[in-house]
Amino acid sequence: MFDFDHLTIDDVSRYYGRRRALSHVSLELQPGELVGLLGPNGAGKSTLLAVLATLIRPSSGRVIYGNYSGSRSTSALRESIGFLSHDLQLYAELTARENLEFFAGLYGLDNPSERATSALSRAGLGRRENDVVESYSRGMRQKLALERTLLHDPRLILLDEPFTGLDEMATVALTDRLLNLKKSGCMVLVATHDLDIAEGFVDRSVMLRNGKMVELEGEFGSLRKRYRATLLQDN
Amino acid sequence: MKSKAFGGLLAIAAVMFVGAPILISGAPTESTMGLVQKIFYFHVPSWIVMFLAVFICGFSSAIYLFKERPAADRLAVASAELAVLFGLMGLMTGPLWAIKAWGVWWQWDARLTMALILELIFIAYILLRTYGGPGSEKLAAGLALFGMANVPFVYISVNVWRTIHPTTNVVPTLSSSAPGMFGPFVWCMVAFLVLFVAMLTARLRLEEQRSRLERLHLALEG
Amino acid sequence: MKSFFETALLVSFKDIRVETRSWEMVSTTLFFAASCVLVFSFAFVREGRPIDGAAAGIIWIAVAFSGTLALGRAFERERYQDAMRGLLMAPVQRSALFLGKLLGIILLMAVVEAVVVLFVAFTFQISLFLYPGYLFLLLATGTVGFATVGTLFAAMLLRTSSRGVLLPILLYPVTFPVLIAGVGGTVALFQGQPNLDLARFWIALLVFFDAVFITLALWTFEPVMTE
Repeated sequence: MFDFDHLTIDDVSRYYGRRRALSHVSLELQPGELVGLLGPNGAGKSTLLAVLATLIRPSSGRVIYGNYSGSRSTSALRESIGFLSHDLQLYAELTARENLEFFAGLYGLDNPSERATSALSRAGLGRRENDVVESYSRGMRQKLALERTLLHDPRLILLDEPFTGLDEMATVALTDRLLNLKKSGCMVLVATHDLDIAEGFVDRSVMLRNGKMVELEGEFGSLRKRYRATLLQDN
Repeated sequence: MKSKAFGGLLAIAAVMFVGAPILISGAPTESTMGLVQKIFYFHVPSWIVMFLAVFICGFSSAIYLFKERPAADRLAVASAELAVLFGLMGLMTGPLWAIKAWGVWWQWDARLTMALILELIFIAYILLRTYGGPGSEKLAAGLALFGMANVPFVYISVNVWRTIHPTTNVVPTLSSSAPGMFGPFVWCMVAFLVLFVAMLTARLRLEEQRSRLERLHLALEG
Repeated sequence: MKSFFETALLVSFKDIRVETRSWEMVSTTLFFAASCVLVFSFAFVREGRPIDGAAAGIIWIAVAFSGTLALGRAFERERYQDAMRGLLMAPVQRSALFLGKLLGIILLMAVVEAVVVLFVAFTFQISLFLYPGYLFLLLATGTVGFATVGTLFAAMLLRTSSRGVLLPILLYPVTFPVLIAGVGGTVALFQGQPNLDLARFWIALLVFFDAVFITLALWTFEPVMTE
């Protein structure tokens, strides 16, 4: 297992012809940090997360996982990365249990069925574990997808809008979970629109706008105020 | 420097193409086929250049896929377009010969069929790059690599397929030529090669400029 | 970490399990293939008698067309909910994912072909039991070749717009040797005096094709799938 304890994003850019998805983004994540990634739609949050997940190669710049800065994504590296995209990457025709056991098998985890059981109970889906995912509400799918992401105890956790469709209880459960993971030294990067939630539990926030990383305006005041101020700044 | 090379090459090609008809008419006329046979001075070099372009495209696509060098991608797209162009020349001259010599436009001649298949693969390449949206460069590179690897299989399968229904070779072969034909043939071959390199240079330059323009555009916005 | 083949089988079993929930792909592809056979039969049967070699051609056309449809559909499932990315994120050799998808496609095509061949043999009065071994080898090697190129292309077009029409545009020219060999070999087997040497030649060519293109596909899958 290839482990790393900090992450360096070094001047990463990603272009598609003339369209700039990411422009000279630099960021560092230390162990046990929980960082909020904010920004309007189309700012490049999803692209950044996909780059960090090794699904997209940067046009320039590089991502350094601990001390490893090789451009080739290795399977060992992916063992330590958990990525949850906005589309939940679940198989709708399979049951919740089948989904989890498949991914557990794919990740080479031992005791896939036990892991699935504990994941299902954590998500509160135990009673419906043998129902196909197609019959689930968005919130239930979100919880299941989250469990799938964390199944292999990754070191770097990348979440794209994980609070979508979650009710109050589930939101609290998720934030608690992330705080616990943070304590055990994981690095968490959460892209979200929900500023109130983010304010409650992130260590710090960064903002993307048109692919560029911008500083949030003002030192004090609520996250929402600062975010809005930054958005309005150049307009 | 590149543009000077292009100008020079184009000039050479122009001179050679002006001189070609003179040489061709001076060459001995083939006894059985007569005047029509002379089309092969243009027909065969078109093929050869097309094949050259196909292999250049295949190899540069492989380099682009595995080493990610942008220059390789530029070479791949330029040579793919030229493969289609010179292939088209070959596909037009072949039937022109056939209609005069045999009274039919198309007789599924092995080499013409093979060329048609390759032409389709590289037209598909261009369609993919045009309509595939962002990121289609890599996909097209995969296609070109598969296309190049396919050449021996297309050759063998089409040839054997044709020999099952034997008809005389519709398009003439070089082996049946008299010595007086060799000179003009080489002249035309060189002319085509020079033209190919000239066009490749021009197309590459266009692609490089486009790249540079994109970079400037991005830098400006940034 | 899982081994290469274990990963591939895991993915294949997942695909089979997903399919058995609804049987949607098998049933629609089968029906489409049968329609293909009929459409081409109407074109190539004159006064109740088929044109020479029509049966062989019709089998392979049905295979090619229904195979393309199945490929599109199979990868539509991976596109839905971004499932392919879920697979690509796994700590496995990414080419093993390709092999897994390929095995599933081959299985589906095999099922469809079995029905198509029986259907054509029935309607064209062809004795299948003369050289079943040869026929099986021909179909097997041809299917593997077609499916290999098809799976790679369908996977690589996953995020492309116009992927529906681009798949056949890319796939057919590159698989012409497979179709030529398949039809050629099948004609050699179905004709009055079966030409076994020729059939063996086509099978050998297909084996080479499969070897070359499976290798190429395994090699290029990861670079082509990384944006």
